[in-house]
Amino acid sequence: MLGDKPLEASSTDPSMFLARHIGLTPTDQDQCLAALGHFDLGEFIAAVVPADILEENASKASFPEGCSELEALEEIHRIAEMNKPRRSLIGLGYYGTATPAAIQRHVLENPGWYTAYTPYQAEISQGRLEALFNFQTLISELTGLPIANASLLDEATAAAEAMSLAFAVNKIATARRFLVDREVFPQTLAVLSTRAEPLGIVVEVIDPDFCEFDEDVFGVLLQLPGRTGKIWDPSECISRAHKVDALVAVAIDPLAQVLMVPVGELDVDIAIGSVQRLGIPMGFGGPHAAFFATREAYKRQIPGRLVGQSLDSDGKPALRLALQTREQHIRRDKATSNICTAQVLLAIISSFYAVHHGPNGLKEIALRVLSFRFQIERCLANLGYPLDSMVRFDTVEIHCKNAAQIHHLASLKGLNLRVLPIGSLPNQAKGFGITVDELTTEEEVIKLNQIFADALQKPTEPINKILPGLDKLLSEIPLRKGVWLQQPVFNRYQSETELVRYIYKLVSKDFSLIHGMIPLGSCTMKLNSAAELVPISWRNFSSIHPFAPSNQSEGYKKLVLDLETWLASLTGFAGVSLQPNAGSQGEFAGLLVIRAWHKSRGEGFRNVCLIPTSAHGTNPASAVMAGFRVVPVACDPFGNVDLQDLANKAETHSSQLAALMVTYPSTHGVFEPHIRQICELVHKHGAQVYLDGANLNAQVGLCRPGTYGADVCHLNLHKTFCIPHGGGGPGVGPIAVAAHLVPYLPGHPLVSCGGKEAIGAVSAAPFGSAGILPISWMYLRMMGVDGLRQASSIAMLSANYIAY
Amino acid sequence: MAFTFPDHFRFADNHEYAALDGSLVRVGISAFAVDQLGDIVFVDLPDVGASLIKGNSFGSVESVKAVEDMYAPISGEVVQRNDSVLSSPEELQNDPHGEGWLLLVKPADLAEMQDLMDSDLYSSKLSAN
Repeated sequence: MLGDKPLEASSTDPSMFLARHIGLTPTDQDQCLAALGHFDLGEFIAAVVPADILEENASKASFPEGCSELEALEEIHRIAEMNKPRRSLIGLGYYGTATPAAIQRHVLENPGWYTAYTPYQAEISQGRLEALFNFQTLISELTGLPIANASLLDEATAAAEAMSLAFAVNKIATARRFLVDREVFPQTLAVLSTRAEPLGIVVEVIDPDFCEFDEDVFGVLLQLPGRTGKIWDPSECISRAHKVDALVAVAIDPLAQVLMVPVGELDVDIAIGSVQRLGIPMGFGGPHAAFFATREAYKRQIPGRLVGQSLDSDGKPALRLALQTREQHIRRDKATSNICTAQVLLAIISSFYAVHHGPNGLKEIALRVLSFRFQIERCLANLGYPLDSMVRFDTVEIHCKNAAQIHHLASLKGLNLRVLPIGSLPNQAKGFGITVDELTTEEEVIKLNQIFADALQKPTEPINKILPGLDKLLSEIPLRKGVWLQQPVFNRYQSETELVRYIYKLVSKDFSLIHGMIPLGSCTMKLNSAAELVPISWRNFSSIHPFAPSNQSEGYKKLVLDLETWLASLTGFAGVSLQPNAGSQGEFAGLLVIRAWHKSRGEGFRNVCLIPTSAHGTNPASAVMAGFRVVPVACDPFGNVDLQDLANKAETHSSQLAALMVTYPSTHGVFEPHIRQICELVHKHGAQVYLDGANLNAQVGLCRPGTYGADVCHLNLHKTFCIPHGGGGPGVGPIAVAAHLVPYLPGHPLVSCGGKEAIGAVSAAPFGSAGILPISWMYLRMMGVDGLRQASSIAMLSANYIAY
Repeated sequence: MAFTFPDHFRFADNHEYAALDGSLVRVGISAFAVDQLGDIVFVDLPDVGASLIKGNSFGSVESVKAVEDMYAPISGEVVQRNDSVLSSPEELQNDPHGEGWLLLVKPADLAEMQDLMDSDLYSSKLSAN
């Protein structure tokens, strides 16, 4: 018998969540067992999972026992109460925004949208394909560039993808330098550096007005508006870059771009950014959708998914994923990028935000932001604060002696301002910054004015004496000329009735888990229970800025600690990082951790990565991104690793062997019996074992990668741990590592996280898509380790029954 | 399926061909490769003036289901490129040994042609698999 309780016990108790999660009744289970010739679940598991890796009491100590929905919601509510949602005017890529209630309810909270799979099967996906096509259209219209993809993971990794594209298309093989505007967000620079290093790219921070371009430079990234809020003309820099055939990428603010001349008209090659401020909550860093737009010429190098319009068998227009031959599942180690899961649900939300507001609504929001910023500037000027003279969009920065006092007074009024220098503590501040957003009101400006005056012990002037003239404001900015976003979809669903009908017209074209099962091999599609999803909409989770003072996110700290502890315990590892935003990012981070460990032992020359031919395409794509040379290992007709070929290849490359990437159970769903021997062999040659945890659903509670010899594994919370698939994102791809690798877990430039010798950030936000971590917390809390073991066992029983 | 290959063509393991044309060499991919690829939608070729190094990738051919790199069967300098294949990939599909040629190359060392298979050897290799 497995564990000290019969496996079947709690699954029949209807007050427990377990009974609602498991589909098979005890009678059904008996029927399956009988058909397969077993008398109970424990005996079946003992027959399926290799005896040398099956663990009796794995993980029990670290886990509370399973409970009901109500109990878990009460507990997570108490955790949420530990967060202090304040009004953050920090900016730096994260802004207050208002998600229209109809979109919250009918899209974000609608399982028809969030339980859908990636739209590979166009026939049953026309709804979300159209929503994504609208997203691509929005981005194309915003940027003035003809090709836009169906989302990337975040602005920082989108910048890294732009760097990779520029590198790939540059004709001069020796060009290795990538210039970066000193006004980019700090997290963008951090991720660029992490991604550049394994590829031998040198990242240089420059002032675009004074930088030199020579044949050594293959690309440049500019930020427009800059971090300080400045609006500037990049034309001169762009033409200098093009003279040496360097590509120009610009990180833009979508709300600023509503007003400003599209960067595509300035001869820019790539435009990237995040649509978070178009209706997606901050969520302590994510999930948010990033965008990537470029010229026609580079459409074959663009990363991520692309939705295209084609014709169906009746000759009528139909949508489908296009140009998939670039992607990792076909090109593998030659893919443009390792990205697979992106941020589809969030891209869809922001596309509906644009449908809801239309070009006029978006313009009004942008103008309001501009006017409020101007009012704040006037308040500051009137009180004698030193203002740099520049044209600005939403942000104003001030360097002054009484900055610490300003931050203190602001916090008393529930406001978080940007601390300058960035990364310092408020009580040591030498300046402050204010970024206006969609939620800014007159009251807020009055509050700020009071703070500015109080800090100088001066009286305030009433605001209405210093109203700006909109025309004068606009005259300073290079404006978009003519009309934009004229497509009917962005102009005809103005009433809520129309919008809701359009939303349902689309979602009713799609097949999702509300209709039937989606039995994918590589993307375990489980119940995304309502109780698990409830907390993500709570303000205490959704409205926290990732760079807010750390004492305002104690709830998130607890959530992160619980998840790290539970996931480490379930995998038999010593440490976990929740920063990667998808399995592909987890792979990349895990491989970098391995690389850092080899370097620390003076063996940085180890650069060969063995990968079975049956592996998921992201494996070789990630290995190449991590600077490794991929050597394929043969598989037998059942998809198992060919042990002889593995031994030969390990021997041949022994002195340079860095890692083996193995999926376990295999991508064919089989528990290879020799996994321990495989790990031992790899270790014998001085290398590390990376385990792809896509199929962890068969292992949870039964066996643990850390115990049978793996060194790192990634998890897919959007597979095994119930985060909904969303149509292709959001995802969360944490890595769990053995003790010797814990020091290298990824860090972040602005928030404390990661190991003592942390590798650079791999995502823009320190804890990745923190806003959806409550989902997996709820699942793990309600199931408890016995429930998890039961879920894994039932999943295997069902799979074997179907195969039989 | 039976393929015929022109007598003077020589073939590399990866199905590229090199055919002497005066003092230059015409490079393309064989009818077998084209058949394996399926509907060809895009061809990526180097510019005129680019150098080819034998064994190195010089471009790729993309079909509906796959993208394959093409490797230079000989070293040399590209003196002409079949631009009509770039705009109409069907030409490669329909006549890979004739109008669907890809590059005209000034060879660095004609002796490299000896390493390649002649049509008979290539044919028998294909039927063996």
